[in-house]
Amino acid sequence: MELLSNLALGFSVALTPFTLFLAVAGCFLGTIIGALPGLGPSNGVAILIPLAFSLGLDATSALVLMTAVYYGAMYGGRISSILLNIPGDEPALMTTLDGYPMAKAGRAGDALVLSGFASFFGALFATIGLMLLAPLLSRIAYQFGPSEYFALYLLAFSTLGGIASRNQAKAALASCIGLGIAMIGLDNQTGMPRFTGGNLHLMDGVDFLVAIVGLFAVAEVFVFIESHGRESSIGVKLGKVTLPVRDLTKGIGTMLRSSVIGFIAGVLPGAGASLGSFLAYMGEKNVQGEKGGFGTGVPKGVMAPEAGNNAAAGGALVPMLTLGVPGSGTTAVLLALLLTLNITPGPTLFTDRPDVVWGLIASLLIANFVLLAMNVPMVKMFVHILSVPAWVLLPGVMMISFVGIYSLSGSYFDLLLMIFFGIVGWMFRKLDVPTVPIILGILLGNHMEDALRRAMILSDGDWRFLFGFRWHSSPGEYEFYSAIPSSLLVLAVAGFVAPIFLRRVIKKPQAVSD
Amino acid sequence: MQTKIRALTLGAIMSVAGSAALAATECIAPANPGGGWDFTCRQIGKILYDIGQVDSPVQVTNMAGGGGGLAYSHVVNERGDDNNLIVAASQATATRLAQNAYAGLTADQVRFVGAIGADPGVIVVAADSPFMSLGDMVDAIKADPGSVAFGGGSAAGGFDHLKVLMVLKEAGFTDITKVKYIGLDGGGDAITQTIGGFTQGMTGDMSEIVGFLQSGEVRALAVLTEERVPGFEDIPTAQEQGFDVVAVNWRGLYVPKGISDADFEAWGARLQAVADSQEWQDAMVANGLAPFTKVGGDFQSWVDGVIADTVELSKEIGVIQ
Repeated sequence: MELLSNLALGFSVALTPFTLFLAVAGCFLGTIIGALPGLGPSNGVAILIPLAFSLGLDATSALVLMTAVYYGAMYGGRISSILLNIPGDEPALMTTLDGYPMAKAGRAGDALVLSGFASFFGALFATIGLMLLAPLLSRIAYQFGPSEYFALYLLAFSTLGGIASRNQAKAALASCIGLGIAMIGLDNQTGMPRFTGGNLHLMDGVDFLVAIVGLFAVAEVFVFIESHGRESSIGVKLGKVTLPVRDLTKGIGTMLRSSVIGFIAGVLPGAGASLGSFLAYMGEKNVQGEKGGFGTGVPKGVMAPEAGNNAAAGGALVPMLTLGVPGSGTTAVLLALLLTLNITPGPTLFTDRPDVVWGLIASLLIANFVLLAMNVPMVKMFVHILSVPAWVLLPGVMMISFVGIYSLSGSYFDLLLMIFFGIVGWMFRKLDVPTVPIILGILLGNHMEDALRRAMILSDGDWRFLFGFRWHSSPGEYEFYSAIPSSLLVLAVAGFVAPIFLRRVIKKPQAVSD
Repeated sequence: MQTKIRALTLGAIMSVAGSAALAATECIAPANPGGGWDFTCRQIGKILYDIGQVDSPVQVTNMAGGGGGLAYSHVVNERGDDNNLIVAASQATATRLAQNAYAGLTADQVRFVGAIGADPGVIVVAADSPFMSLGDMVDAIKADPGSVAFGGGSAAGGFDHLKVLMVLKEAGFTDITKVKYIGLDGGGDAITQTIGGFTQGMTGDMSEIVGFLQSGEVRALAVLTEERVPGFEDIPTAQEQGFDVVAVNWRGLYVPKGISDADFEAWGARLQAVADSQEWQDAMVANGLAPFTKVGGDFQSWVDGVIADTVELSKEIGVIQ
C-alpha cells in the first residue's frame, strides 16, 4: 500500500501538462540523439543541461526532461545500428550483429519493431525493479570488491572469442588490439602516464566513443566512397512496418532472461549498460546454442541486446540514486544535474526527497509508454531521417560525427584520432577483422585491469584473493569470504571452453553427411 | 547548387556560433560532467546569472583530459587574454601543478582568482569498524601496516592519498611506502568498497560521504580542518586528536594570465557576490562544503603557499624528485 501511495505521489508530480510535454519532447529529442551516430545519451544529456537551467526548470521537471532524453537515446541507438550498421551509441553496439543482417535480408521493419518492443520490455522491467527493490539492490554493490569485478570482466572477455562466428582468431586478435588501446593513458593506480608519448591529449586514454565513431561511421563513409556505394551498408530500404507477432511471442523468454542479466549488470556500479547488453547477447547466444543462428540476423539476436541494454540503463539508476555512484557516463551526468539542483543522492534520498524519487519513477514509466508509441507505430518517422539519399546522409554522418566528438572534449586531437580510427576501420573491413571486439576491449579493458591491480594491492600479490580467499595474519589462515569470484570464474572458464566442445559435437554429423 | 547550399548552411552555423561566443561568459570544467569541477562551473555559473552578475547564462564547457592539464594548456596557449573565461579549479589543480603533472606548465601561467568554499578532507570507516578514533587507526597501522587498506577517489600520489600520508607522517610513522592505498573511480566507489569491507578506511572529501553519514553506514574518524564543520559538529578534527593536519579541497576558479588587473578584480568581486548569496549558502550546506572565501590577490598568494607546501611534501614522499 505504501508503494501505491508513493506512486500516487509520483504521478501527481509527473502528470501535470507541462511535465508531460517535457517527457514527450525529451523522448523525441532523445530518440533522435540516440539514432545519430556519435551523439550518445551522455553527450545528449550534457548538451541539454544548460537548456534546463535557462528554461528555469525546477528539480522534478529537469529530471523528467533529462531521463526522458536518456531513455529515448537508449531506444534510438538501435535505429542506426540496424539500418546503417553504425551503432548510435555504445550500448547499441551488440544490436549491429543481428540487426543489420536482418535489415539486409529485407526485414528492417521487423528488426526495428521487435527491438523497440524489447527495449520497452527491458526498460519497463528495470523501472519496476527500481521501484520495488532499489534500496535493497544497492546492497549488491557492497558484495562486489576488486576480485568480484575482475571475475565479472573476465567472464565478459572469455566469451569475446565467440562474437564473430566466422574467424575466432581474428576476433581474439581484435580484442587484444582493443585491450592494447585501453592501456594508453594515465595508469589509474599510480597516476603515471603510459604509452602517451608525452602527449597531454592521450593522458586520459582513448575515449571509446572516438573509437566507435571512427571504426564504424567514418570507416563506413570511406567504404562507401571507395566502392561508389556498392559495398556499403548505407542505403538499406525499409519495407512495410508490420507487427511480427510470432517472433514477438517466441521471444518473451529471451527478453525476460536478457532483462534480468542487463538489470543486474546495470545495478553494479562498475559494470553499466554496455556490459549489460553484451552479457545479455552472449548469454542468450549460449542458451540458443548453434542452432539459434546468432550473428546471421535472427529476431532473438536483436531482442536480447536491446532488452539487456535498456534494462541496464534503468538498473544504472539504482546505484546513482541510492549510493551516489554513477555506473555509466550518462548517470554521471544525471548525478551532476542532481547535485546542481541541490539534491544529494545517497542512501537517504528515498526518505528525504520522496517527491523527487517517485516523480522520477513515475516519469520513467510515462516515458516508457511514450517511447513505445514513438518507436513502434511511428518508427518510420525516425527512419526517414536516416533514409535520405546517400549524398545528403554521408556528409551529414560525417558532420554529426565531427560535432559529436568535438562536443565530448572540445579537442581537435580527438577529431584526428577519430579519422585515424576511420582509416584503421576501413583496413580492418578489407582484412575481415571484426571491429566490435576492439570497442569492447577499449570499453572494458581498463576496468578489468584496475580490478586486478586493486585486488593485488589489497592482497599483497596473493592470487588466492582472486578466488575469494582472504589471508588473516593473526590466526594465520585463509578465510573463504565470498563465493562470488569463484562462481564467476567457473562460468568464465565454461563460457570459454563450452563453445569449442559444442562445436565439435554439432559439426561431427555434418562432416559425415559431407 | 549543392555546394552553395552547404556553404550557406555552414556560414549560418558559424555566424550563430560567433555571436554567441561574444555575449556569454564561458566556464571551462576541465573534466567530464559529474565531478567537482563540473559542479563548480554549473553551480557558480547558475548563481552568477541568477543574481545578475552576468547578463546571459554562463556556458559550461567540459574539457576533460590530462587531469585538467588539457584545459590548462588550452587556456595558457590559446585563450591567454580572454576576459570572458573562467575555469574551475580545486586543490587537485594545485597538487598537480606542484607535482609537475601538466607537462611542464607552471602555476604562474594563469591567475587564481578566488575560492568560495572548501570540501573538508575526511577519514572514514565503516559503521562496524573496530577503530573508534584516528589514534586507534594510526596505532593499528604502526603495528601492522598491511592490515589497513585505504580507498580513495584519486590515483596513488593524489590528494586523497596524500591526506592519509600527512596524518601518518604527523604521527611519526615514516615507512609510508608500506601504506596500502587503492585508487577508485571517485569517492562514492571508495565508500562502497569500505562499507563492503574490502578496504578498512576511506579517504576523501566531506561532500562524498554526506548521504552515507546520514544513513549511519559509515563513521567519520576525523575531519581535516582547523575547526569542526558547521552541520557536522560531532565529527572531531584531526588537530583535536593530536594530529596537526589540515587538508581541504577548495573549490574555486582561475582566469587567463593576460587579462587586465581591472578585469581580475572584477571577477574577484563577482565571486564575492556569489559567496555572499543565499543560493550559494544553501548549495554549500546541501553538498557538505565548508565556508572558505578568498578572492583576488589574497587568494593568489594563498595558492602560491599551498603549492610550495605540496612540492615539499611530494618530494619527501618521493612522488617527485
